[in-house]
Amino acid sequence: MLTQIWLMPTLPLLGFLSLVLTAGTLPKRAVAVIGAGSIGLAFLVALSVAIQFLASGEEAVTQSLWVWMSVGGFNPGFSFYIDGLTVVMMLVITGVGFLIHLYSTGFMIDDPSYSRFFSYMNLFVAAMLTLVLADNLVLLYLGWEGVGLCSYLLIGFWYTNPENGYAARKAFVVTRVGDTSMALGLFLLFAQLGTLNIQDMLHAAEAEWQVGSGMAIAAALLLLGGAVGKSAQLPLQTWLPDAMAGPTPISALIHAATMVTAGVYLIARTHVVFELAPSVQELVAWIGLITLLMSGFTAMAQHDIKRILAYSTISQIGYMFLGLGVGAWSAAIFHLMTHAFFKALLFLGAGTVILSLHHEHDIFKMGGKRKQLPVAFLSFLIGGLALTAFPFTSGFFSKDEILLAALALEGPGTILWLGGVIGAFFTGIYTFRLIFVVFFGESKGHDQEKEVAGWNMAGPLFVLMLLSLVGGFISIPVDAVFAHGEEHAEHHVSTLIHGIMIVVPLIGIAISYLFYCSGQLSIDKLMASKLAQSLHRFWFSGWGMDKLYDGLFVRPFVALARLNSKDFIDWLYGLLVSLTRWGNALVVKSQTGYLRWYALSIALGLAVLLTLGVTL
Amino acid sequence: MILLLLISLLFVGGLLAWLAEMFDKNLPRVVAISSLIIALLVMLTLLGNDANSDGWIATLDWQWIPQFGIGFYLAADGLSVLLLILTAFLGVIAVAAAWDEIHDRPGFFYFNLLWTLAGVIGVFTALDLFLFFFFWEVMLIPMYFIIAIWGHENKNYAAMKFFIFTQVSGLLMLAAILMMAFLHSVQYGTPSFRYEDLLSVSTSGMLGTLTMLGFFIAFTTKLPSVPFHSWLPDAHSQAPTAGSVILAGILLKTGAYGLIRFAVPLFPEASLAFAPVAMALAAISIVYCAKVAFAQEDIKRLIAYTSVSHMGFVTLGVYAWNEQALQGAVMTMLAHGLSAAALFMLAGGLQHRIHTRHMPDMGGFWGQVPRMSVVALFFSVAALGMPGLGNFIGEFLALLGAFQANILFTAIAALGLILASVYSLWVIQKVFHGDFAKEKYDNGQLSDLNQREMTFFILMMLGLIWMGLYPQSFLNLSEPVLNGLLSMTAELTQTGGGL
Repeated sequence: MLTQIWLMPTLPLLGFLSLVLTAGTLPKRAVAVIGAGSIGLAFLVALSVAIQFLASGEEAVTQSLWVWMSVGGFNPGFSFYIDGLTVVMMLVITGVGFLIHLYSTGFMIDDPSYSRFFSYMNLFVAAMLTLVLADNLVLLYLGWEGVGLCSYLLIGFWYTNPENGYAARKAFVVTRVGDTSMALGLFLLFAQLGTLNIQDMLHAAEAEWQVGSGMAIAAALLLLGGAVGKSAQLPLQTWLPDAMAGPTPISALIHAATMVTAGVYLIARTHVVFELAPSVQELVAWIGLITLLMSGFTAMAQHDIKRILAYSTISQIGYMFLGLGVGAWSAAIFHLMTHAFFKALLFLGAGTVILSLHHEHDIFKMGGKRKQLPVAFLSFLIGGLALTAFPFTSGFFSKDEILLAALALEGPGTILWLGGVIGAFFTGIYTFRLIFVVFFGESKGHDQEKEVAGWNMAGPLFVLMLLSLVGGFISIPVDAVFAHGEEHAEHHVSTLIHGIMIVVPLIGIAISYLFYCSGQLSIDKLMASKLAQSLHRFWFSGWGMDKLYDGLFVRPFVALARLNSKDFIDWLYGLLVSLTRWGNALVVKSQTGYLRWYALSIALGLAVLLTLGVTL
Repeated sequence: MILLLLISLLFVGGLLAWLAEMFDKNLPRVVAISSLIIALLVMLTLLGNDANSDGWIATLDWQWIPQFGIGFYLAADGLSVLLLILTAFLGVIAVAAAWDEIHDRPGFFYFNLLWTLAGVIGVFTALDLFLFFFFWEVMLIPMYFIIAIWGHENKNYAAMKFFIFTQVSGLLMLAAILMMAFLHSVQYGTPSFRYEDLLSVSTSGMLGTLTMLGFFIAFTTKLPSVPFHSWLPDAHSQAPTAGSVILAGILLKTGAYGLIRFAVPLFPEASLAFAPVAMALAAISIVYCAKVAFAQEDIKRLIAYTSVSHMGFVTLGVYAWNEQALQGAVMTMLAHGLSAAALFMLAGGLQHRIHTRHMPDMGGFWGQVPRMSVVALFFSVAALGMPGLGNFIGEFLALLGAFQANILFTAIAALGLILASVYSLWVIQKVFHGDFAKEKYDNGQLSDLNQREMTFFILMMLGLIWMGLYPQSFLNLSEPVLNGLLSMTAELTQTGGGL
């Protein structure tokens, strides 16, 4: 049963190989067919696997291809594992992935490196599928590093600009910091539990570790390090805004819908370890909360349409972390899915805006574009409503679940809930600030351009609009995965609480309207004070984190490396050589050739030796 | 017999190549590549042989100077065979790299190349320590000539430095070998240089530690490891491409082989006590040389420092002395052999095209030489430890095993994973990305990799992918050997809790 699981990552991999081996010689139409087609086929396979799996009623299915390596009891394999969580992830990756590939066939049509673009994209999907299908942490790590590599390649896709290269390297190195922590976590888990097969490892952890034991805490912390790197959470979030240097479909696929949520997946997948380390699990919640609030502030200060969305992504993943931290595992995954719908929609909408307006990114140079760019406007409206959790859109249900779970938590629950609600308020402001500034008011230029939206670009947008609207009614089959950990007690929440959670984002939208649309409140007046200006600068720079890391790590490292570029150890050997030469020169001097000097030294030597002989 | 055949094949091939120059300038390279391909085929037949009861696949045991217990004793097990195949394979690659590069005295060049490789094969198979030392010297002197005659602008300095470092450390090893023979004669009545005899010599105490250090310093100078590494950047930046391929791909591995085969098994107690120091040196090598590599402007020096950094994982794995760590060390040797050789060939190819190794003068080559760029990207990514390629298997296993022996040094060594991404991607940025300064390079007339070059790069890529996706083919060969070594020291490690 379910023997075609392996086809899922293999199809995109074949797409990648055929594009690489033909080295850009194929016509664009063929590239599009291979590039998008391979993902479309993978989606069909995923659908068929999902249907068969759900119909079978099994809790999990494994398919083993071959043993990767077998070294003294360490036997990771190329083996795939399917359960409810995998089903959700693989459908999101192939489904949303296919839509974005289809969109890209239009978006990238004028790029000379069309084939290179799709080869990287296909490789990415293959790696991402490996990540979520892996039945052991080593194979998961393969996918994990693979998506990081593709992210690097695609951020730096337009390589002639060194700034893009910098952004790409920053993304790779910062996430590698997290990856290294995760690798150490793997070493620790293997040393302690003797296996890296995920399910076996979780069972062994439950059997061998007490709740709150030091090993569980250490393992959870190291895994968390990997998760915050990939998912751009504090303190490793700085790479994501710069990652917007890549083509916009990349931002939609990698930096919104799939790769950046890998950290959420990792924690959900290993949730047993986190349950054994409650203090770390609470830390996850706090990291999520602080990240979502900080990036909410930052998003309000940005001018670049993609950077606003990037900070919004960081913020929404913060909600997912908050959900994980309070033990609402399925709610976090649910939000992961709905976020993939509406954030992909927003990014692709932004792509349409940017492409139509000749690569304009500054929202304050747009204005009044709702008639000029109708499809993009509709995308932003629907995506924006889902993002601000407008009632009955997809984002509403998932955010609601997370916040209610936070409220139900003993201890810090109320504060976490309150923070989450405040974050939703900011979400309303920054989302509709963007919409009002771009699509309403007076036009600030770019009046002549027409909207670029062929069927292959508009089609995916409409599908994503539909999913963003009704995606909240999908029920995800993850109950069995988290069954034993999750509390399903129905909390009776007063209508007041519900009311607050519905109304607060709307207030945010209203404030945004007053400032940016009707003009009844003036942003200039608000910005008049020195304090407001410096606050704005501070938020605009992302709380100065880049500067901080630059001063703390980058500059000292570079300075130290430059200082020692000649390798002082080599200099020590040089010193040895000089000493020898100097000694040589000294002795050479004594070879004067004068007999009287030799006679004198013989006499002196004899005297010394005799004295020594006598005294001893 | 087959082992002697292999060694003589290269010795004779070398002489023939030298003579062939008299007939035709292009003949020596044909002779060289033919003898190496034959050697490679002969080695592959070894894979079909079963090991005897002691684990040896092929042996040759002749008397030589029986009065001193010296024999002409060669033997190969799975570990040796792996390294032999690597040697012949990279030998072929090296000849291919020299194919169009060496026009000056080609006969003598290929003579030196083949004699170096003959020495290496001897080192990987000699089980009499006197004979081992003989081959150790044989591989040194021709290599010295390769650097000194066919090297670049500063070749004499580099060749002399290479010679002195190797010779001084070799002298320490010779003293240590003689001490071992002497200890054998004290403990058993007769001197012996035979590996099995020396394994039974008791080497505890201060004298044992000092003797062990003689081996350790010789091997870690070759490997190399901080603080004995500083000959390598000079040797590499000055050597011709084929020389770099042999040096990085094969010669460094003789040091690693020596650690696994001799330094630890002959001195289990001393090594056990010394392991934390060795692991610390390994961790320092990894981090320190990665940092120095990042600051280099000469692309060959940069790659040379990354070699030292990667070899740190080998030392780390050997002194962690458990199955995963040792397999990691062996896999790192094999994978780094391919990736470093390929990177040096790319650097050599660049130098051949633009006549400089100075990275600030490069940039934007992706649009000009796309094939070369993709190949460079592949090997850089392999070098930074991307899963799915051989280097990852080696470094991951080495760290996995080392973690069980020493958490602190493993954590420090793991920082190398971050730094590897810093310098690897920096090279890609500086050389291949960015804007192309056309006026600097004859108006942009750079030639991309030709078919000959592509062929051997693709062979090396396939090798790394094979190692990365199905390392079991290689692990199976070394497994019985490493387990044999582990069981020899098992008593110690059980009481000592890991080496």
